[in-house]
Amino acid sequence: MPDVALATPPGMLRAAWLVARKDLAIEFRTRTAFFSAMVFALLGLTIFYFAWDATAVAAIDLAPGVLWVIFTFSGLLGLQRSFGIEQADRAMDALLGAPVDREAIYLGKALANIVFVAGVQVVALPAVGLFYNVPLGAVALPLAGLALLAAIGIVAVGTLFSAMAVNTRLAELLLPMLSLPFFLPIVMAAAQTTARLLAGRPASEAWPWLRILLAFDLVFVVACTLAFPFTVEE
Amino acid sequence: MTVHGTPAPASAGADHTDLLLPVGFVAVAAVYVRAIFFTPVEAVQGPAQKILYVHATSAFVALYLAFALMAVCSLLYLVLKDEKLDRLAESLAEVGLAFTTVVLITGPLWGKPIWGAWWTWDARLTATLFLWFIILGYLLLRGALEERGMRARYSAVLGMLAALLVPFIHLSVYLFRTMHPMPIVLKPSAPSMSPEMLVTFMSSFLAFTLLFAGLLRARYRYATLRDLLQDREAAR
Repeated sequence: MPDVALATPPGMLRAAWLVARKDLAIEFRTRTAFFSAMVFALLGLTIFYFAWDATAVAAIDLAPGVLWVIFTFSGLLGLQRSFGIEQADRAMDALLGAPVDREAIYLGKALANIVFVAGVQVVALPAVGLFYNVPLGAVALPLAGLALLAAIGIVAVGTLFSAMAVNTRLAELLLPMLSLPFFLPIVMAAAQTTARLLAGRPASEAWPWLRILLAFDLVFVVACTLAFPFTVEE
Repeated sequence: MTVHGTPAPASAGADHTDLLLPVGFVAVAAVYVRAIFFTPVEAVQGPAQKILYVHATSAFVALYLAFALMAVCSLLYLVLKDEKLDRLAESLAEVGLAFTTVVLITGPLWGKPIWGAWWTWDARLTATLFLWFIILGYLLLRGALEERGMRARYSAVLGMLAALLVPFIHLSVYLFRTMHPMPIVLKPSAPSMSPEMLVTFMSSFLAFTLLFAGLLRARYRYATLRDLLQDREAAR
């Protein structure tokens, strides 16, 4: 952990960064969640390919939908773990006892989750290009930006629900049940934009979808940050 | 700080009969007698159109009364921390779920003869279906939490976020495609309905609102008594 002795409590952003660094350090040392999410994504991509008749549906039409559904589902694996790791030895109590804002804990957790989800995406995106024979190289940059926007929305809502679900009797079941309805606008906007990118359509066609995605990110990052303190109140 | 307002036994009203619920049921039955026997058959859709009087009114009760109020109660709970608001939100969710289920059953029944399909992924249908999913999740979440304060806070957070989500679902599916007819009464120009139909339609709103209020009061009384019982058992 940080090699500086903190005489004064860290500011909001610094505290968030410390929380994120802690989570990422745990993940980097164990790598269990990342590898399972990665393997899950690759398996999902493979299985989806054989769920369609490849002669009837072109892979390029299939790829955007598959990509974002798999992306969302594998993201849930990481989100599940986000607050799960705080349960051992009641680490959550220590985190809440730290002299930092609750909002900073949320933002730190979310930041670590974004890195996690982006990491899975770095593996899943080329895999889609390879397995579905889709030329992603030309649209790599806009696609990466889109992935980031989608990841922000997914993580904003998912991190909050992870904090809630972990305290319930049905943790593993409840997180997807609560999160997936919230992921619908994200998956739709991301898949529609990807389809237009791959088809080489003008950017103006994707703009209405991007606007929804941007608005979603803005509304839910603010709402979930404000709501988080209520989920950890004693 | 949570206000653990232990309700007084008198206000729980275990010993007096609530007339609102039977009145609601009778009103709905009366509206249906009028709708079936004393309201003209619609020229294009035939008898199938009569499902309007239950479909549109249930949708109004579920979406504009139950869930709007539930979102308001959730938000107010986070500010005021009054357990009554949590019990009210819980009751609204369950009664709202019942009405949404009616909407989701009568919709396909009407859609099949008129649109030729049981289901279509139109903006209103999808938003209603997802609201139904969220409310199911909301009730599951409540069921998975033992501690009352935590249950109230978590469900209030979910109730508030759900209210923010519905416009997004509606908007994105609207961009996708839409087929559901636009409202035929609440629109800038005059309602496109014969006067007899309009009277039936309006009275069905009244009847369903009465039924909603009756069900809500019964469900709220149950929640109050349940918490009261829990408090007494804990105190023993």
